[in-house]
Amino acid sequence: MKASSSWALRVVRGFARFWWDLLVGDTPELFVAVLLIIGVVALASLTGHDNMLAVILLPTLSVAALGASVHRAWRGLRRR
Amino acid sequence: MVMASAVSSNVVVLVGAVFLASAVEMVEALTIVVAVGYTQSWRSALEGSAVALLSLGALVALVGPALVHFPIDVLRLIVGAVLLIFGMQWLRKAILRSTGLKAKHDEDAIYQQTVATLSTGTSSTPRDRMAFVLAFKGVFLEGLEVVIIVLTLGTSARHLSLAALAALAALVVVGVVGVIVARQLSKVPENAMKMTVGVLLVSYGTFFGGEGLKIRWPGGDTMLIVLVAIYAVVTWLFVARLRVLAASEPAVAP
Repeated sequence: MKASSSWALRVVRGFARFWWDLLVGDTPELFVAVLLIIGVVALASLTGHDNMLAVILLPTLSVAALGASVHRAWRGLRRR
Repeated sequence: MVMASAVSSNVVVLVGAVFLASAVEMVEALTIVVAVGYTQSWRSALEGSAVALLSLGALVALVGPALVHFPIDVLRLIVGAVLLIFGMQWLRKAILRSTGLKAKHDEDAIYQQTVATLSTGTSSTPRDRMAFVLAFKGVFLEGLEVVIIVLTLGTSARHLSLAALAALAALVVVGVVGVIVARQLSKVPENAMKMTVGVLLVSYGTFFGGEGLKIRWPGGDTMLIVLVAIYAVVTWLFVARLRVLAASEPAVAP
Protein backbone atom coordinates (compact mmCIF):
# COMPACT_ATOMS: atom_id res chain seq x y z
CA MET A 1 0.00 0.00 0.00
CA LYS A 2 2.77 2.37 1.05
CA ALA A 3 4.92 1.36 -1.91
CA SER A 4 2.08 1.93 -4.39
CA SER A 5 1.25 5.37 -2.94
CA SER A 6 4.91 6.46 -3.11
CA TRP A 7 5.05 5.18 -6.70
CA ALA A 8 1.91 7.17 -7.54
CA LEU A 9 3.40 10.25 -5.89
CA ARG A 10 6.59 9.85 -7.91
CA VAL A 11 4.59 9.57 -11.14
CA VAL A 12 2.53 12.70 -10.30
CA ARG A 13 5.70 14.62 -9.38
CA GLY A 14 7.43 13.47 -12.56
CA PHE A 15 4.39 14.47 -14.65
CA ALA A 16 4.21 17.93 -13.02
CA ARG A 17 7.97 18.43 -13.44
CA PHE A 18 7.77 17.45 -17.12
CA TRP A 19 5.12 20.10 -17.82
CA TRP A 20 6.93 22.70 -15.68
CA ASP A 21 10.20 22.10 -17.57
CA LEU A 22 8.36 22.14 -20.92
CA LEU A 23 6.31 25.30 -20.41
CA VAL A 24 8.28 27.35 -17.88
CA GLY A 25 11.84 25.96 -17.81
CA ASP A 26 14.47 28.66 -18.03
CA THR A 27 12.14 31.14 -19.74
CA PRO A 28 9.47 32.01 -17.13
CA GLU A 29 9.09 35.42 -18.80
CA LEU A 30 7.65 33.78 -21.94
CA PHE A 31 5.13 31.76 -19.89
CA VAL A 32 3.95 34.89 -18.05
CA ALA A 33 3.96 36.96 -21.27
CA VAL A 34 1.72 34.50 -23.13
CA LEU A 35 -0.79 34.46 -20.24
CA LEU A 36 -0.83 38.28 -20.25
CA ILE A 37 -1.16 38.43 -24.06
CA ILE A 38 -4.16 36.08 -23.95
CA GLY A 39 -5.73 38.16 -21.19
CA VAL A 40 -5.27 41.46 -23.08
CA VAL A 41 -6.48 40.04 -26.41
CA ALA A 42 -9.47 38.42 -24.67
CA LEU A 43 -10.40 41.84 -23.29
CA ALA A 44 -10.28 43.33 -26.81
CA SER A 45 -11.97 40.41 -28.54
CA LEU A 46 -14.52 38.98 -26.11
CA THR A 47 -15.59 42.00 -24.06
CA GLY A 48 -14.72 44.90 -26.36
CA HIS A 49 -15.94 43.16 -29.53
CA ASP A 50 -13.04 44.87 -31.33
CA ASN A 51 -11.94 42.22 -33.83
CA MET A 52 -9.39 44.34 -35.75
CA LEU A 53 -7.65 45.49 -32.57
CA ALA A 54 -7.40 41.85 -31.41
CA VAL A 55 -6.05 40.79 -34.84
CA ILE A 56 -3.26 43.39 -34.58
CA LEU A 57 -2.59 42.95 -30.85
CA LEU A 58 -2.02 39.18 -30.79
CA PRO A 59 0.96 38.96 -33.20
CA THR A 60 2.34 42.37 -32.15
CA LEU A 61 2.43 41.48 -28.45
CA SER A 62 3.90 38.04 -29.28
CA VAL A 63 6.74 39.68 -31.25
CA ALA A 64 7.30 42.13 -28.37
CA ALA A 65 7.45 39.26 -25.84
CA LEU A 66 9.92 37.33 -28.00
CA GLY A 67 12.06 40.46 -28.45
CA ALA A 68 12.08 41.15 -24.71
CA SER A 69 13.05 37.54 -23.92
CA VAL A 70 15.87 37.56 -26.52
CA HIS A 71 17.08 40.91 -25.14
CA ARG A 72 17.04 39.48 -21.59
CA ALA A 73 19.07 36.47 -22.71
CA TRP A 74 21.49 38.72 -24.62
CA ARG A 75 22.10 40.84 -21.51
CA GLY A 76 22.58 37.71 -19.39
CA LEU A 77 25.15 36.27 -21.82
CA ARG A 78 26.97 39.64 -22.02
CA ARG A 79 27.40 39.72 -18.24
CA ARG A 80 29.13 36.30 -18.24
CA MET B 1 -10.48 27.91 -55.96
CA VAL B 2 -9.27 30.40 -53.31
CA MET B 3 -10.81 28.20 -50.60
CA ALA B 4 -9.07 25.11 -52.00
CA SER B 5 -5.67 26.81 -52.09
CA ALA B 6 -6.16 28.11 -48.52
CA VAL B 7 -6.98 24.61 -47.29
CA SER B 8 -4.02 23.04 -49.12
CA SER B 9 -1.57 25.70 -47.85
CA ASN B 10 -2.91 25.11 -44.34
CA VAL B 11 -2.25 21.38 -44.76
CA VAL B 12 1.27 22.01 -46.11
CA VAL B 13 2.10 24.22 -43.10
CA LEU B 14 0.64 21.60 -40.72
CA VAL B 15 2.59 18.72 -42.27
CA GLY B 16 5.78 20.80 -42.41
CA ALA B 17 5.48 21.88 -38.77
CA VAL B 18 4.78 18.36 -37.47
CA PHE B 19 7.46 16.75 -39.66
CA LEU B 20 10.24 19.20 -38.73
CA ALA B 21 9.36 19.35 -35.01
CA SER B 22 9.19 15.55 -34.85
CA ALA B 23 12.49 15.20 -36.73
CA VAL B 24 14.31 17.58 -34.33
CA GLU B 25 13.05 15.70 -31.25
CA MET B 26 13.79 12.31 -32.84
CA VAL B 27 17.37 13.32 -33.68
CA GLU B 28 17.88 14.10 -29.98
CA ALA B 29 16.36 10.76 -28.95
CA LEU B 30 18.42 8.90 -31.56
CA THR B 31 21.62 10.53 -30.24
CA ILE B 32 20.96 9.05 -26.80
CA VAL B 33 20.11 5.62 -28.23
CA VAL B 34 23.28 5.61 -30.40
CA ALA B 35 25.42 6.69 -27.42
CA VAL B 36 23.97 3.88 -25.29
CA GLY B 37 24.29 1.36 -28.12
CA TYR B 38 27.92 2.17 -29.01
CA THR B 39 29.24 2.42 -25.47
CA GLN B 40 27.13 -0.14 -23.63
CA SER B 41 24.74 -2.55 -25.28
CA TRP B 42 22.75 -2.31 -28.50
CA ARG B 43 20.30 -4.85 -27.12
CA SER B 44 19.47 -2.73 -24.04
CA ALA B 45 19.35 0.45 -26.16
CA LEU B 46 16.89 -1.09 -28.63
CA GLU B 47 14.81 -2.73 -25.88
CA GLY B 48 14.56 0.58 -23.99
CA SER B 49 13.56 2.37 -27.21
CA ALA B 50 10.95 -0.27 -28.09
CA VAL B 51 9.32 -0.15 -24.62
CA ALA B 52 9.29 3.68 -24.78
CA LEU B 53 7.62 3.61 -28.23
CA LEU B 54 5.01 1.12 -26.98
CA SER B 55 4.30 3.31 -23.92
CA LEU B 56 3.89 6.35 -26.17
CA GLY B 57 1.54 4.38 -28.44
CA ALA B 58 -0.61 3.44 -25.43
CA LEU B 59 -0.66 7.08 -24.29
CA VAL B 60 -1.81 8.27 -27.72
CA ALA B 61 -4.53 5.59 -27.83
CA LEU B 62 -5.71 6.74 -24.40
CA VAL B 63 -5.58 10.53 -24.82
CA GLY B 64 -6.11 10.96 -28.59
CA PRO B 65 -9.80 9.98 -28.87
CA ALA B 66 -10.67 11.99 -25.72
CA LEU B 67 -9.18 15.17 -27.19
CA VAL B 68 -11.43 14.96 -30.25
CA HIS B 69 -14.49 15.31 -27.97
CA PHE B 70 -13.12 18.41 -26.21
CA PRO B 71 -14.92 21.75 -27.01
CA ILE B 72 -12.99 23.04 -30.03
CA ASP B 73 -12.74 26.72 -28.92
CA VAL B 74 -11.35 25.82 -25.48
CA LEU B 75 -9.00 23.28 -27.07
CA ARG B 76 -7.75 25.85 -29.58
CA LEU B 77 -7.15 28.44 -26.86
CA ILE B 78 -5.14 25.98 -24.71
CA VAL B 79 -3.30 24.61 -27.75
CA GLY B 80 -2.62 28.15 -28.99
CA ALA B 81 -1.13 29.18 -25.64
CA VAL B 82 1.02 26.03 -25.40
CA LEU B 83 2.25 26.39 -29.00
CA LEU B 84 3.03 30.09 -28.48
CA ILE B 85 5.15 29.33 -25.40
CA PHE B 86 6.76 26.30 -27.03
CA GLY B 87 7.43 28.12 -30.33
CA MET B 88 8.86 31.23 -28.68
CA GLN B 89 11.21 29.05 -26.60
CA TRP B 90 12.48 27.35 -29.78
CA LEU B 91 12.78 30.65 -31.67
CA ARG B 92 14.63 32.37 -28.80
CA LYS B 93 17.17 29.55 -28.63
CA ALA B 94 17.58 29.41 -32.43
CA ILE B 95 18.08 33.20 -32.66
CA LEU B 96 20.77 33.15 -29.94
CA ARG B 97 22.48 30.18 -31.63
CA SER B 98 22.48 31.72 -35.09
CA THR B 99 24.26 34.79 -33.71
CA GLY B 100 26.92 32.60 -32.07
CA LEU B 101 25.80 33.39 -28.51
CA LYS B 102 25.00 29.74 -27.82
CA ALA B 103 26.59 26.51 -29.03
CA LYS B 104 24.92 25.45 -32.31
CA HIS B 105 24.41 21.75 -31.63
CA ASP B 106 23.05 19.85 -28.66
CA GLU B 107 23.91 16.45 -30.10
CA ASP B 108 27.62 16.35 -29.22
CA ALA B 109 26.87 17.47 -25.65
CA ILE B 110 24.00 14.94 -25.34
CA TYR B 111 26.26 12.14 -26.66
CA GLN B 112 29.11 13.00 -24.26
CA GLN B 113 26.72 13.38 -21.31
CA THR B 114 25.11 9.99 -21.96
CA VAL B 115 28.51 8.30 -22.28
CA ALA B 116 29.67 10.00 -19.05
CA THR B 117 26.52 8.83 -17.20
CA LEU B 118 27.14 5.25 -18.34
CA SER B 119 30.82 5.29 -17.40
CA THR B 120 30.04 6.48 -13.86
CA GLY B 121 27.33 3.84 -13.30
CA THR B 122 27.35 2.65 -9.68
CA SER B 123 27.77 -1.01 -8.79
CA SER B 124 24.22 -1.10 -7.34
CA THR B 125 22.83 -0.36 -10.83
CA PRO B 126 23.66 -3.05 -13.36
CA ARG B 127 25.09 -1.53 -16.57
CA ASP B 128 22.50 -3.20 -18.83
CA ARG B 129 19.66 -1.87 -16.70
CA MET B 130 21.12 1.63 -16.77
CA ALA B 131 21.52 1.44 -20.56
CA PHE B 132 17.88 0.33 -20.86
CA VAL B 133 16.66 3.14 -18.57
CA LEU B 134 18.70 5.81 -20.41
CA ALA B 135 17.42 4.70 -23.82
CA PHE B 136 13.84 4.48 -22.48
CA LYS B 137 13.97 7.95 -20.88
CA GLY B 138 15.54 9.53 -23.97
CA VAL B 139 13.00 8.08 -26.40
CA PHE B 140 10.00 8.54 -24.06
CA LEU B 141 10.66 12.17 -23.10
CA GLU B 142 11.57 13.34 -26.62
CA GLY B 143 8.71 11.24 -28.00
CA LEU B 144 6.28 12.80 -25.54
CA GLU B 145 7.03 16.21 -27.03
CA VAL B 146 6.30 14.77 -30.49
CA VAL B 147 3.01 13.32 -29.17
CA ILE B 148 2.02 16.70 -27.71
CA ILE B 149 2.75 18.46 -31.02
CA VAL B 150 0.90 15.82 -33.09
CA LEU B 151 -2.15 15.72 -30.81
CA THR B 152 -2.46 19.49 -30.31
CA LEU B 153 -1.82 20.53 -33.91
CA GLY B 154 -3.67 17.56 -35.37
CA THR B 155 -6.86 17.92 -33.34
CA SER B 156 -6.97 21.72 -33.60
CA ALA B 157 -6.54 21.63 -37.37
CA ARG B 158 -8.94 18.67 -37.64
CA HIS B 159 -6.22 16.63 -39.41
CA LEU B 160 -5.07 14.27 -36.65
CA SER B 161 -4.31 11.35 -38.98
CA LEU B 162 -2.32 13.60 -41.33
CA ALA B 163 -0.29 14.97 -38.39
CA ALA B 164 0.36 11.40 -37.19
CA LEU B 165 1.48 10.40 -40.70
CA ALA B 166 3.88 13.38 -40.85
CA ALA B 167 5.40 12.32 -37.50
CA LEU B 168 5.66 8.73 -38.72
CA ALA B 169 7.43 9.93 -41.88
CA ALA B 170 9.88 11.89 -39.68
CA LEU B 171 10.49 8.73 -37.62
CA VAL B 172 11.28 6.72 -40.77
CA VAL B 173 13.53 9.45 -42.27
CA VAL B 174 15.43 10.08 -39.01
CA GLY B 175 15.70 6.31 -38.39
CA VAL B 176 17.14 5.63 -41.87
CA VAL B 177 19.49 8.64 -41.74
CA GLY B 178 20.47 7.64 -38.20
CA VAL B 179 21.46 4.14 -39.31
CA ILE B 180 23.55 5.62 -42.14
CA VAL B 181 25.29 8.47 -40.32
CA ALA B 182 25.12 7.03 -36.75
CA ARG B 183 27.60 9.13 -34.78
CA GLN B 184 27.63 12.09 -37.16
CA LEU B 185 24.24 13.33 -35.94
CA SER B 186 25.70 16.75 -35.13
CA LYS B 187 26.00 17.30 -38.93
CA VAL B 188 22.20 17.63 -39.12
CA PRO B 189 21.37 21.35 -39.61
CA GLU B 190 19.57 21.39 -36.28
CA ASN B 191 19.46 25.15 -35.76
CA ALA B 192 17.91 25.94 -39.15
CA MET B 193 15.29 23.25 -38.49
CA LYS B 194 14.64 24.57 -34.99
CA MET B 195 14.21 28.12 -36.30
CA THR B 196 11.75 26.98 -38.99
CA VAL B 197 9.79 24.93 -36.44
CA GLY B 198 9.80 27.88 -34.03
CA VAL B 199 8.31 30.16 -36.72
CA LEU B 200 5.65 27.55 -37.60
CA LEU B 201 4.71 26.82 -33.97
CA VAL B 202 4.42 30.52 -33.07
CA SER B 203 2.31 31.09 -36.21
CA TYR B 204 -0.01 28.19 -35.33
CA GLY B 205 -0.09 29.33 -31.69
CA THR B 206 -1.16 32.83 -32.74
CA PHE B 207 -3.73 31.49 -35.21
CA PHE B 208 -5.34 28.90 -32.91
CA GLY B 209 -5.08 31.14 -29.84
CA GLY B 210 -6.89 33.84 -31.79
CA GLU B 211 -9.60 31.44 -32.94
CA GLY B 212 -10.03 30.26 -29.34
CA LEU B 213 -10.58 33.90 -28.38
CA LYS B 214 -13.20 34.22 -31.17
CA ILE B 215 -11.02 36.40 -33.40
CA ARG B 216 -12.17 36.38 -37.03
CA TRP B 217 -8.90 36.34 -38.99
CA PRO B 218 -9.00 38.41 -42.21
CA GLY B 219 -8.76 35.95 -45.13
CA GLY B 220 -9.58 32.96 -42.90
CA ASP B 221 -7.00 30.14 -43.04
CA THR B 222 -4.84 32.13 -45.49
CA MET B 223 -3.88 34.34 -42.53
CA LEU B 224 -1.72 31.44 -41.32
CA ILE B 225 0.64 31.98 -44.27
CA VAL B 226 0.73 35.73 -43.52
CA LEU B 227 1.61 34.98 -39.88
CA VAL B 228 4.41 32.61 -40.98
CA ALA B 229 5.81 35.39 -43.21
CA ILE B 230 5.56 38.01 -40.43
CA TYR B 231 7.33 35.84 -37.83
CA ALA B 232 9.99 34.74 -40.36
CA VAL B 233 10.82 38.38 -41.18
CA VAL B 234 10.83 39.35 -37.48
CA THR B 235 13.16 36.44 -36.67
CA TRP B 236 15.50 37.46 -39.49
CA LEU B 237 15.52 41.05 -38.16
CA PHE B 238 16.29 39.86 -34.60
CA VAL B 239 19.19 37.71 -35.89
CA ALA B 240 20.56 40.58 -38.03
CA ARG B 241 20.31 43.05 -35.13
CA LEU B 242 22.03 40.71 -32.66
CA ARG B 243 24.80 39.94 -35.16
CA VAL B 244 25.49 43.67 -35.50
CA LEU B 245 25.51 44.06 -31.71
CA ALA B 246 27.76 41.01 -31.25
CA ALA B 247 30.21 42.31 -33.86
CA SER B 248 30.37 45.75 -32.24
CA GLU B 249 31.02 44.30 -28.75
CA PRO B 250 34.10 42.04 -28.83
CA ALA B 251 33.89 41.49 -25.06
CA VAL B 252 30.80 39.29 -25.48
CA ALA B 253 31.48 35.63 -24.65
CA PRO B 254 31.17 33.27 -27.66
